[in-house]
Amino acid sequence: MTALLSAANLSKRFRGLVAVDRVTFEVAAGEIFAVIGPNGAGKTTLFAMLAGALVPDDGTVTFTGARIDGLTPDAVCRRGIGRTFQIVRPFPGLSVEDNVLVGALLRRTDTRSARTHARAVLEALDLADKRAALASSLTLPDRKRLEVARALATDPKLLLLDEVMAGLRPTETDRMVAILKQLNRDTGITILLIEHVMRAVMALAGRVLVLHHGAAIAQGTPETVVRDPAVIASYLGAEAVG
Amino acid sequence: MWSIYLSVTIQGVLTGLVYGLMALGLSVIFGVVRVVNFAHGEFAVVAMYATYVLFTAFRLDPLLALVPVAALFFLVGYALQTALINPFVGRPEHEQFILLVGVGIIIVNVLLIGFGPDARPVNLSYGFDSYEIGPLLVDKPRVLAAAAAIAVAAALFWFFRHTRTGAAIRACADNLVGAGVIGLNIKRLYALTFGLGLACVGAAGALLVTIADPAPALGPAYTLLAFVIVIIGGMGSMAGALVGGVLIGVSEALAGFLFAPSMKSMFSFALLIAVLVLRPQGLMGQRT
Amino acid sequence: MSDLWRSVNARGRIVLALVLAVLLALPLVADRYVLSVLTLIFYFAYVGQAWNLMMGYAGQLSLGHALYVGLGGYVAALLWLDFGIGPWLGVFAAVAVAAGFGAAIGWLGFRFGIAGVYFALLTIAFAEFTRIGFDHLGVTGGAAGLFLPFEEKRMGEWWNLRGGQLLFYYLALALAAGAVLLVALIARSRLGYRLIAVREDETAARALGIDAFAVKMAAVVISSAMTAVGGVFYAFYYNNLFPSQVFEISRSIELILAPIVGGLGTVFGPVIGAFVLTPLGEVLIAVTARLGIDAPGVKAVFYGVILIVIIYAMPTGVWPRLAGWFGLRSRSP
Repeated sequence: MTALLSAANLSKRFRGLVAVDRVTFEVAAGEIFAVIGPNGAGKTTLFAMLAGALVPDDGTVTFTGARIDGLTPDAVCRRGIGRTFQIVRPFPGLSVEDNVLVGALLRRTDTRSARTHARAVLEALDLADKRAALASSLTLPDRKRLEVARALATDPKLLLLDEVMAGLRPTETDRMVAILKQLNRDTGITILLIEHVMRAVMALAGRVLVLHHGAAIAQGTPETVVRDPAVIASYLGAEAVG
Repeated sequence: MWSIYLSVTIQGVLTGLVYGLMALGLSVIFGVVRVVNFAHGEFAVVAMYATYVLFTAFRLDPLLALVPVAALFFLVGYALQTALINPFVGRPEHEQFILLVGVGIIIVNVLLIGFGPDARPVNLSYGFDSYEIGPLLVDKPRVLAAAAAIAVAAALFWFFRHTRTGAAIRACADNLVGAGVIGLNIKRLYALTFGLGLACVGAAGALLVTIADPAPALGPAYTLLAFVIVIIGGMGSMAGALVGGVLIGVSEALAGFLFAPSMKSMFSFALLIAVLVLRPQGLMGQRT
Repeated sequence: MSDLWRSVNARGRIVLALVLAVLLALPLVADRYVLSVLTLIFYFAYVGQAWNLMMGYAGQLSLGHALYVGLGGYVAALLWLDFGIGPWLGVFAAVAVAAGFGAAIGWLGFRFGIAGVYFALLTIAFAEFTRIGFDHLGVTGGAAGLFLPFEEKRMGEWWNLRGGQLLFYYLALALAAGAVLLVALIARSRLGYRLIAVREDETAARALGIDAFAVKMAAVVISSAMTAVGGVFYAFYYNNLFPSQVFEISRSIELILAPIVGGLGTVFGPVIGAFVLTPLGEVLIAVTARLGIDAPGVKAVFYGVILIVIIYAMPTGVWPRLAGWFGLRSRSP
């Protein structure tokens, strides 16, 4: 498989603390890839390096064959990677539609076609009926879907989702999972998600990477990873395994 | 030859200490309440006028008038924070800024209406006395004013280091959420801090009368001066305000001496730009 | 453009057309004083709109905008006085110089992460530095100022902006209307949405591929260029330029009053603000004069009070409130 995204020996240190320790993995086009691990495992730092928010101390990130480590966040997005934020950041003064419009304007220079695209994305994310509402008036589940819609509007090849299920109730989680699955099926978009909610990981991910203390301790299908003794010991606990 | 430069420099240091006291008030207010007081210089000018009035009416020496003026300004600061500024504490920066710009405009123009545009001279009996230290000539009023400034600053330092309230205020500056959690009355401490900040301004204003004659137009000029000093010295750093004050005092004195007096501020503004670009935390501030 | 007209609701279109018609026809009935007040209103609406682009849309607080007025005025005036180059050509040089300064300030600010209050102070520092500099610059007349002489035989040369109140009235009206149109077009354009995105949340905007630096620079350059044109108008209307007046910080503050009172980040805010503030100021002066009170600072105190009241009670400005009341709201920002 030719990898869409590959990280090789990624490392990041913060004043003596090794946050990410020589992590290597590949994500194939069209895959849904999950990164899990306990708090402090380095997931956020890894994510930041992929999204261009942090520069790695060591190692490389390659996307569609070209190096992207060290690029600014906006350059990374222009290359075709969309990302969401763990604590959602809608543009509070703009409507839902206008929020997504901003994303759509990346690849479209006229507002009219951008708006058409934005509306289509809102349909896909089940937010069409709220498109005129002010973003700041939305509930959390809606904001999460707005966050995804906005990133999606930039027509990315790869979608980076940062704990997009956090704070959602089980029914809302299932809704989000269904939407993401549909998206992946219909458009073939590649998704890399950082997640704590195992329910979502098991339902979505084709392959999983487990981090612990900054290092990769397991990689494979969800079923394999979940039974890995090291993973159970460090993160899941014996009861979590069905 | 060098003695002239040294005299000018010393004058600069002395003047700078008074400027530093004024800037100290700004630093304290910003460091704790996080409000950018863009009417700072205008308040200083009010203090100058208050001192002028006390002098002309009661023959009260500015160095003594310092006490009642500072006390009055403490109350004004406390009231202002509680009544007007508190609602703005969480609001966007530019709104706070504009609020205080409005306050400044009102102050300057009320002074203009009340006292007219011309400077009001304060003729001290010892106004032209000077000390002779070897070949150096130093103005007596400036020495006394600088000494008073140091005294006030020292008192403020002592308050923040050695009293419970002072520690509580520093806690607010350090970690607002934590301060609230341990039960500190934030609103009251903010008001206290604003009061203390303005008290500094009041004291500085009283001392400034020995250096310059009060005029409404000085308001904006002093505001800018205070900001230049605080940014160069480091926002939120008390020692930085004094160090910055001395630095600006000296550079303005030398610039005024070497080029033209009217050009002295140019150097300060150039320095401000340089500091903003190269070292925004100033000499002694903390990187936010 | 037709898109723009269509986005205004029916009631709004009627109001707009009416207002324009009235303003165009006004010189037939109004006296010179009224026209001069209106000219002032249009001027403040114009420069206020230029500042609104930078603050209301891009979110960058500039308190040194008088710098661009002054630069624009001085460049055009000098080209006229020393080389006989008329303002319609001189304005290009004026715009170039001002935009250059704007770009420099923008570059310093954005490249080095100077934001908020610190950025405002940066703009003030530049304006003040230039003011004092011009005070000592012989070629621009120094502190004594620059004067455009009154030449009787030239009156009527509209291409050199030598004319009476009427000429400047229509010119100012054209500038103000043009500014409103320009900002309206920008607001609904790709640049406009990106500006607002950067203003609302720069990090989120960058995650959507927006080059925040480029977008902010565009805003600063357009804003400073626009303001410089206002400066050219100023120079040829008042026929005198003093550094201590033109570059002064109180001028910078004066020109931000209308957009703040009217409504930041709205298309009509600065215009409404100018229409509210300027006449009220004039009325106040007239009333105090009538009452025999000689108080030179009264107008400014009044402006200060209004500023505080607005920022306290209606920080989004008067216009959004008014538009809501009169049902003049149109779609989109």
